[in-house]
Amino acid sequence: MMAITRRGVLAIPALAALPAAAEAAGTVRIGYIEPLTGNAAAAGQSIKAAAMLAVDIINTPHPDLAPMPLAAGAGLTRLGGAKVDVVWADNQGSPSVGQSDAIRLITQDRVVALCGAYQSSVTLTASAVAERYGIPFLTGESVAANLTGRGYKWFFRTTPFGPDFAKLYLDFLADVAKTGMATGKIAIVHENTDYGTSVASSISKVAASRGVKIAQTISYSANGTDVSPQVLQLKNSKPDVVIFISYTSDAILYMKTFKTLGYRPPIVIGDDSGFSDPSFAKSVGDISQGALDRSAFVAGKPGSLPYKVNALFKQRTGRDLDDTTARSMQGFLVMCDAINRAGSTKPEAIRQALVATDLKADELMIGYKGVKFDSHGQNILAYSLMIQLQGKGYVPVWPAGRATAKLALPFKGWT
Amino acid sequence: MILLQLGVDGLLLGAVYALFSSGLTLIWGMMNVVNFAHGDFVMVAMYVAFFAFTLLGVGPIVFVPLAAITLFGLGVLVYVALVRHVMRGPMLAQIISTFGLALFLRYAALWLFSANFVSLPDTLVGGVYDLGGLRLSASHLLAGATALVLTLGMHLLLTRTDLGSRMLAVSEDRTAAALVGIRPDPMQALAWGIGAASTGVAGALIALFFYVSPEVGNSFTLLAFVTVCLGGFGSVPGALLAGLAIGVIQSISAYFLGPATKDVAVYALFVLLLWVRPQGLLGRA
Repeated sequence: MMAITRRGVLAIPALAALPAAAEAAGTVRIGYIEPLTGNAAAAGQSIKAAAMLAVDIINTPHPDLAPMPLAAGAGLTRLGGAKVDVVWADNQGSPSVGQSDAIRLITQDRVVALCGAYQSSVTLTASAVAERYGIPFLTGESVAANLTGRGYKWFFRTTPFGPDFAKLYLDFLADVAKTGMATGKIAIVHENTDYGTSVASSISKVAASRGVKIAQTISYSANGTDVSPQVLQLKNSKPDVVIFISYTSDAILYMKTFKTLGYRPPIVIGDDSGFSDPSFAKSVGDISQGALDRSAFVAGKPGSLPYKVNALFKQRTGRDLDDTTARSMQGFLVMCDAINRAGSTKPEAIRQALVATDLKADELMIGYKGVKFDSHGQNILAYSLMIQLQGKGYVPVWPAGRATAKLALPFKGWT
Repeated sequence: MILLQLGVDGLLLGAVYALFSSGLTLIWGMMNVVNFAHGDFVMVAMYVAFFAFTLLGVGPIVFVPLAAITLFGLGVLVYVALVRHVMRGPMLAQIISTFGLALFLRYAALWLFSANFVSLPDTLVGGVYDLGGLRLSASHLLAGATALVLTLGMHLLLTRTDLGSRMLAVSEDRTAAALVGIRPDPMQALAWGIGAASTGVAGALIALFFYVSPEVGNSFTLLAFVTVCLGGFGSVPGALLAGLAIGVIQSISAYFLGPATKDVAVYALFVLLLWVRPQGLLGRA
């Protein structure tokens, strides 16, 4: 391990000399670390499909996607039309595998930048490697608050993160309270790695700052075989609102166990990940009616950029883009745009281009207000809305300005 | 009331643990081979159930036996094609080969069925019974009851039948059994078949209330090993007792001490028991 690292450090000068060769070769290699196997493989494979679509959009002309950077022309125009090539690495959902993936991509595959890595705990270790080697790392999907709180120079995040969601949920609940529904007693049920614990603590902090008390916090391991004790705990304490911060397998188990134990909390909010995984609605959608979720992606009106990108994705995979996949894809597109604007594959040039990023809402395939990074590398224009599972899929229900369907409460579950 | 619900939930879950562990204990007891692919056998059975339902439209009355037959075939095939040969090699070869088999099954499933989570509709085995506040789901009840019957049946097969005696004879001493006219290979192939078939029944029943994905075996492999160790290697009633105990301990500790502690409680008990009875609850010393 140590030997590889030392060799890697020695390789940095060589890396700096490399770009000239890469430019001549006409391809720019970007490393993408995702859980292509393991418990989150469904999400990882979906992200891979979206990234391959993004590569296609960049490398071949797509004039119909006009306002989107790099769509109209072929390849990275400021790099002489160089093609983008993704080198995939499977993190297997493990922080240590993600770490060695990052080392391998940087030292052996000589990628100019990294994207990924789904689970916040994996992004944490993989981006630490990128920071050490001085290679830009952009996550479009990991949301743990601590990721951008490390004072890193090479780390960027396009997605909204923990505190943003906390505000979103509490704003939403405050609005629901105006209709006369009780929302004061909130329970948080979260998986116990970086993602779950950090989002849970963000919600608790924001809630505390507004004088809202979190009545109950349940932390669990996402790999368990049974969640009925936790559901019984909830059933016993009768919260008004249950917020789940869960991955896919556990989210499915919770919904099944709700039905078995006949428990319907008045308001159920699932924090993206598990609830947004396309397999969730497919396998337990009919017993989770009325579950709320956040999303930055809504396909929207025909003719809009998100709508067109979604159509292309559907053509390839037979299903709609989900929020996590769309956020990751947008992150990757931002990285490609930065490399193009840098006009170079030198890491420092790419980093400066990322820092200077200023994308407008209409240039994005997702519902952010734009992309602009603060000094921590966090996108300050990220944005999400509340969606609700009604029938076969999710529909936007809040805020009113962006809603296409009426909010239906309380949580109905099954019929 | 809560305690009763927790206890019953734990027992039903434990019965299923017992069922999928008894296949492992049988193979261990008969062959002295640790099957690391056990959890992935459960996964294969779950997919058999899922596809039997989605493609053929059949319910558990058909797909549970179908999974048992498929897994019986898989068990025999694994013995004939793989285990029989590595048995002659060092212990390490046996461990690595079944571990390799586990990865092979898992990645084959990933390739064939994609990584997506699927699940059988909740209405397949109807409803939930409400006994004065105690809620029992029909699918859990069916799984628990079948598990009990089959585990006991397997125990009787081993201890009360001629076939069982022959299988035990081969496991005691392969050469001596051959000397008295028992051919060891068919007996051991049968042990793999029966062990895998019971895993098949367990998998198909678990699919009624659990999600199905290529990685789902992960959740079960370790549990099966702990159940088998706790119950005593090779002891079917031991696996039953241990499965039930683990189910109840997990359920109660998760409720009162929090979900993070449920495995701590199980493994603490495990270590304690091994300290006092290294052969497990009902294992032979």
